[in-house]
Amino acid sequence: MGHSRHIRVLVAKPGLDGHDRGAKVIVQALRDAGMEVIYTGLHQTPKQIARVAMQEDVNVVGLSILSGAHEALCQMVMDELRAEGLENMVVVVGGTIPAADVPKLQAIGVKEVFGAGSRFEDIAQSISAHVQ
Amino acid sequence: MGNNDATDRIEAGIQEFKARKERGLAKLITLVEASPELGNSIFSRIGESLARSECHVIGFTGPPGAGKSTLVNAVTAVLRGGGHRVGIIAVDPTSPFSGGAMLGDRIRMERHYLDAGVFIRSLATRGGVGGLSPATKDVLRLMRAFGFDYLLVETVGVGQTELDVMMAVDTVVVVLVPEAGDSIQTMKAGLMEIGDLFVVNKADRPGSDELRSSLRAMQGLAAKRRPWEPPVIATQADQDIGSDELVNAIDHHAEHLRQTGELEVRRSLREERELLDLVSVHLINRWNALKDRPELAELASQVVSRRIGVDRFLKAIAESA
Repeated sequence: MGHSRHIRVLVAKPGLDGHDRGAKVIVQALRDAGMEVIYTGLHQTPKQIARVAMQEDVNVVGLSILSGAHEALCQMVMDELRAEGLENMVVVVGGTIPAADVPKLQAIGVKEVFGAGSRFEDIAQSISAHVQ
Repeated sequence: MGNNDATDRIEAGIQEFKARKERGLAKLITLVEASPELGNSIFSRIGESLARSECHVIGFTGPPGAGKSTLVNAVTAVLRGGGHRVGIIAVDPTSPFSGGAMLGDRIRMERHYLDAGVFIRSLATRGGVGGLSPATKDVLRLMRAFGFDYLLVETVGVGQTELDVMMAVDTVVVVLVPEAGDSIQTMKAGLMEIGDLFVVNKADRPGSDELRSSLRAMQGLAAKRRPWEPPVIATQADQDIGSDELVNAIDHHAEHLRQTGELEVRRSLREERELLDLVSVHLINRWNALKDRPELAELASQVVSRRIGVDRFLKAIAESA
């Protein structure tokens, strides 16, 4: 069906983390890769993220987390997505995630974790692959 | 995605839409955006909802940086204070290079993210065949049918697509800022003509009074005296200043449309434009699918050099499998 041509991605920054340069750069990179990218801004609550994801009917939710609170935040976001009927949403995470924590996030349901230094082409390709 | 999944999604979307669930609306928006054919079958299925048209649709247009999103945010707050249900469509341009888009208008509307009475959707213009994009108007049609009291549509005031969208709303609000005074000249002429209300936002900045005077003078010079004289309103959207006055003016315009019967006139004009748009897009799609056929390419060049009439060409297109 034609609509998979237009991949819609929500880039969200949950919690207290105030560093948004990375998120803004990834928004542009995904746009340049042909995606439609909605950016919610800083300090989003998990409830806000889930509601925006629902209204915008995105294919992917990308969480940008540099605060260290990734495990708790991811769990809360997954719970809120489920509450909005979006239990099958593809969720990916980018930021400063220690390698040891990646399996924990995957166990929660996160499909991909992009550590600092991930290449934009890889991120874009990975997201496309998950959406097909 | 398999065909069964696709069918399930359409079914689920329609049922949820009819049950007035936001996620049904969200799903159907994606579907009508993706394909006009799908749009047709969806509209025929939700048919009875389309009769409900008490929704007032307001378009906000103007140059980038004018503060349209912030203004939409402020207006929404006033409308919510009145207990009204609000739908918002924020349109941003698709990059002609990558086909992607940054849809960042809703950042300015964060205060309404969790309000059950507000639905916000971001759309990319997606270029469109021959510059026309029926998708945005189909989405508008869908949202009208869902049951909002007010629908706010925001686009950047350049380009044919945005002008098309503005011709599909009931009240056009043109948003300008003092430092962009010169942009009145560069703004697409059509937008200045179809403006029903003019807003000078960031009105605390220097040049604000001059801009308001220029706008009022322009109304005075207008060749045909319209029955409605567009007011010029000063706002500071980021401080919620002037938004009450703007909402009053919008309601006043809505009342004017109803009382003078102009609402019906605009709806007829809109339907006619939509008909022509649908026909054009259909024709363009047909032509693109057939243009490699030598006999049609030959007919095409004869049409362009005026040796045969368009009728013959259309007949040939219609008869081509």
